[in-house]
Amino acid sequence: MWAGLGSARSGGLLALGAVITLLPLALANDYFYDVAILVGLNAIVCIGLNLLIGYAGQISLGHAGFFGLGAYGSAILTARYGWPPLAALAAATVAVALLAYLVGRPILRLRGHYLAMATLGLGVIISIVISNEDRYTGGPDGMRVPPLSLFGHALSGERAWYWVVGALLVLAVWLALNLVESPGGRALRALHGSETAAEVVGIDSVRQKLMVFVLSAVFAAFAGGLTAHYSGFITPGRATFLHSIELVTMVVFGGMASTFGAVIGAAVLTTLPQLLAVLKDYEMVVFGAVMMLTMVFMPKGLVPTLAARFAPRERT
Amino acid sequence: MGIRRMFAAFARPLSIGAFAIATILPAHAQQPIKIGSFLSVTGPAAFLGDPEQKTLELYVDKINAHGGILGRKLKLIAYDSAGNADKARTFVKRLIEEDKVDAIVGGSTTGETMAVIPLIEQAQVPFISLAGAVVIVEPVKKWVFKTPHTDRMACEKIFIDMKPRNITKIGLISGSGGFDKSMRAQCMQVAGKYGIEIVADETYGANDSDMTAQLTKMRQNAQIQAVLNAGFGAGPAIVTKNFRQIGMSVPLYQSHGVASKEFIKLAGDAANGVRLPAAALLVADALPFNDPQKHVVLAYKHDFEARYHQDVSTFGGHAYDGLYLVIDAMKKARSIDKAKVRDAIESTRGWMGVDGEFNMSPTDHMGLDLSAFRMLEIKNSDWTLVK
Amino acid sequence: MSAQLLQYLFSGLTVGAIYALVALGFSIIYNACRVINFAQGEFVMIGGMATVSLIASGLPLPLAALLAVGATTLVGLALERFAVERARGASVVTLIIITIGASILLRGLAGLVWDKNLHGLPTFSGDRPIAIGGATILPQSLWVLGVTLVVVVALWWFFNRTLHGKAMLATSHNRLAAQLVGISVRRVLLVSFGLSAALGALAGILIAPITFTAWDVGVMLGLKGFAAAILGGLGSGPGAVLGGLALGLLEALAAGYVSSAYKDVIAFGIMLAVLVLMPSGLFGERTAERV
Repeated sequence: MWAGLGSARSGGLLALGAVITLLPLALANDYFYDVAILVGLNAIVCIGLNLLIGYAGQISLGHAGFFGLGAYGSAILTARYGWPPLAALAAATVAVALLAYLVGRPILRLRGHYLAMATLGLGVIISIVISNEDRYTGGPDGMRVPPLSLFGHALSGERAWYWVVGALLVLAVWLALNLVESPGGRALRALHGSETAAEVVGIDSVRQKLMVFVLSAVFAAFAGGLTAHYSGFITPGRATFLHSIELVTMVVFGGMASTFGAVIGAAVLTTLPQLLAVLKDYEMVVFGAVMMLTMVFMPKGLVPTLAARFAPRERT
Repeated sequence: MGIRRMFAAFARPLSIGAFAIATILPAHAQQPIKIGSFLSVTGPAAFLGDPEQKTLELYVDKINAHGGILGRKLKLIAYDSAGNADKARTFVKRLIEEDKVDAIVGGSTTGETMAVIPLIEQAQVPFISLAGAVVIVEPVKKWVFKTPHTDRMACEKIFIDMKPRNITKIGLISGSGGFDKSMRAQCMQVAGKYGIEIVADETYGANDSDMTAQLTKMRQNAQIQAVLNAGFGAGPAIVTKNFRQIGMSVPLYQSHGVASKEFIKLAGDAANGVRLPAAALLVADALPFNDPQKHVVLAYKHDFEARYHQDVSTFGGHAYDGLYLVIDAMKKARSIDKAKVRDAIESTRGWMGVDGEFNMSPTDHMGLDLSAFRMLEIKNSDWTLVK
Repeated sequence: MSAQLLQYLFSGLTVGAIYALVALGFSIIYNACRVINFAQGEFVMIGGMATVSLIASGLPLPLAALLAVGATTLVGLALERFAVERARGASVVTLIIITIGASILLRGLAGLVWDKNLHGLPTFSGDRPIAIGGATILPQSLWVLGVTLVVVVALWWFFNRTLHGKAMLATSHNRLAAQLVGISVRRVLLVSFGLSAALGALAGILIAPITFTAWDVGVMLGLKGFAAAILGGLGSGPGAVLGGLALGLLEALAAGYVSSAYKDVIAFGIMLAVLVLMPSGLFGERTAERV
C-alpha cells in the first residue's frame, strides 16, 4: 500500500504537508501558533545545516552568524533605508551567500575540529560586529523591524505567518531532498564517505563543499530575515555562539543525513524548553540531561534510530 | 395562612436566587487574579532576575496570606526568559494568550522589554517593566510603565555631583552590554548641559578579566579629572580594582548598576572612595528618621533578608514597586479590567515605593525624579550618604 | 620599552596563562580520544565556585582549594565514565553534542547548588601591586604565571619520563598498538579526563581572585581555551601553552593599541588567518590521511 505513494520522498513530503495542514486543529491560540512558526523557521535553518553536517560531513559552529546577518541585513535595509521588505530580504540573502562564498574558500580547506573552530570564530566575529555597530543595528538592545509586506499588504498575525512558513518549509524540504538525490548530492555523500576517494574519481571536493556551505548559509540567512520580520524585533542574541550550538544540536538530535530528521530535531528542541518552562530552576539541568541521554543512547539521532527500528529491512 | 402563602410564593425565586449566588460567587471568588512575569533568572542577567523573582514570590505570598485583594487571591505566573529577547516574546505571548494574565510585571533587561512592547500594545495589557533604559518610556507608550530609575537620571545625578568638585573633563569607560551602551549614549547626550566634557571613551567586553590597558590610556591623559564607569556585572568591579592597581587617584564614579553589596565585596578595598547614584534602599539604616522613604525601604529590607538570608539589592526593589503599583491600581479601580487598571496606574500620585516617590502622568510613565536617587560614597566598605 | 606596552604585556600574559591551562585540558583529552570536551570551561567554573563555598563554610584557602580540585576531578571522571565511554564509536559531532549537553547540565546544577552572583576569592599573597618599569603587576598574576609554569614542566615530565605518561602518549599515537602492548585504554581515558578536570579547576582557583567567578564563567573561558588549543595545534602540549599565551597577548595588545571594543574580533581574526595559512595550527601534527 505504501508503495503506491511512490518513493519515501514523496511519502514524506505528503506526510509533512498533511501535518502542517491539520496542525491548526490542535493549536488553541496565538501562543501555540507562535511556537509552531518558530519550529518552522528553525527547521528551515536546520535543513540547510543538515546538508552541510549530515551529508557533506563538514561542521559549522557559526551558522547563527549567517542567520543573524540575514536578519539584520533585511531589518536594516527596511527600517533605515526604506527598502521594500521582500527586496531587502532577497538582498540580505544574496549578500550572505556572497560572504559565505568568499569566506568559505579559504576555511573549507580545514578539516574536523579546525574547521569547527574557524566557523566558530567567524560566528563570534559576526556577532561582535553586530553588537558593536549600534548606529546601524541598535546595539545589544536590538532594533525594531517593520513587518513583511506582500504586494502592499503587511503580513501580520500568527495565522497568516503560519501558512507562509509552512509553505516555505515544504519547499525547503523538497529542495533538500532533490539536492540529495541529484548527481551533486551523490557527489556530496561520496565526499562524506572519503574525501580522498571522491577526489580520485574526479569530484572537485573544494567546490562541492563550498557550494553546500553557501547553500546552507542561504537557508540560514533567509530564515533569519523571515524571523526578523515576523518578530518585529531583532537582537544580537540571535547571532551568538550559543544559538549556533542550539542549531547544531537540533540537526544532530534529529538525525544527521536525514532532512526529516532535521525537521523533527527542530520541532522537539524548540518545543522542549516551552514544556520544561514549568520546571523553572530545573529547566537547564533537565535540558542538558535530555541532550546527553539521547546522544548516548541514540548516537545517530532520533529519526535514523527509529527508522532502523521500525522500517522493513532494505534490500541492498 | 397568608404568611404561608407569601412564603410559598417567594420560596421558588428565593431558593433559585440563593442557589445562584451560592454557586457563582464562590466560583468568582476562587478565580485568582493572575500576575504574569518574565524575568532573566538564568543567563547573563541572572543577578537581576533572581532577586526580582524572589521579591515577587515573597510579596504575592504575603498578600495572599492577608486574604488577597478584592476578595480574590493572587496567582503569580513567572517564566525565565534568560535575558533572551526571543524567549521573552514567546513567553509574553504565552502569558497573554494561554495563561490569560491580568497584568504583567517583568522584563529584567531593556532588550527583552523592547522586544515585547509591540505585543503588549496590541493585546492591551498593563505592563510594568523592570529595565533601566530611558527608551522604554520615551516616547510614552500607552500600556507600558517602568519602575527603575532611568540611565539618563543616573548620568544627570553624577554630573550634578561633579560640579561642586570642579570637575569639567572626564573619561568614560563602559562595557559592551546593553545597559552599558545605553547609559554611555545618555551620558554623552546630557554631558554638555551640565558643563561636562567627555575627553576619553574606552570600552571593554562583558567577559573581560583585565582593563588595565584601557585605564592606562586614561592615566596618560592629563586632562582627565574624573572617571565614570557606566556598567554592571563583573566589569565595574574589575575596573575599580584595576583603577587602584595602576595608581589612578582621580575620583571614580560608578553607575547604579553596581548598587548591591556584592560590588563592595568583589572590589574590596579598592571600592572605598567610589561614588555612585543609588536608591535609598542601600542606606536604609542610615536614613534620617524623618526621611519619607525610611519606612518602606526598611520594611522591604527586613522582609527580604528574613526570608532569603541574602542582602537586598535595588533590582529586587524595582520588582516590589512594580507589583505594588499594579496591586494598588487594582484596589483603586476596584476592578481588574485592564483599561481601568492602566488608567489607575497612570494616575498614581505621591506613591512612596522602594525606589522613591512615584508621580505618574500621561506624559511620564516612569514617575520618579532626581530626588529618588541618592548620591552615595563607599567608606570603610559600606555605603554612606553624600550630603 | 614603554610603561604602557609593559602594562599590556603583563595583563596579556596573566590572562594568557589561564587560557593556556584551559587549552592544556582540551589537548590532553583530545590526545586520548579525539574528542573536544566542551565542558572544559565548566571544570574551571566548578573549581572556583567550589572553593568559594568551601571557604564560606569555614575552611582555610589551601584546604578548600585542594578539596575543590578533588571534587572537580571526580566530576571529570564521572563525565568520562557515564557519558563519553558509553558513546564510544559515535561520530565526532555526536560526541561534541554530548559534551555540550554536559556543559549545560553542569551549568544548570551550578545555578541550583550555588547562586547566580559573582564571587571573589582572597588573593594568595596580598593585593599590593608590584611596580616594574612603570607598569604594575598584581602578586596574584605572578602566582598564575608561576603555577602555570610549574604545571607545564610537571606535565612534560609526566608524559615523557614516567611510564604512565608514556602509556598515555602511546595511546594518542596509535590506540590499537597501545592496546596490543597491554595498555588499558579505558584507564588512559579516565586519567585524561581526571587530569583535564584538575587542570581546569586549578585555573579557576588561580584566576578567581582577579576576575571573579560565577556559575556561568565557563562558557567564555571554554571558548577562548578551545581557540587557544586550536591556534597552538590540537594535541600539542607546548602548542596549547603557546597558543594560550599568544591569544592573551593578542587581546591585550589589540585592546591597548587598536580598539577595546573589537579586541576579540582582532584576536579571532588573527587566529582564523593563522589557521588558513597553517591548517593544523602552530604546532599541530601534520596529519596524513590514510586511504
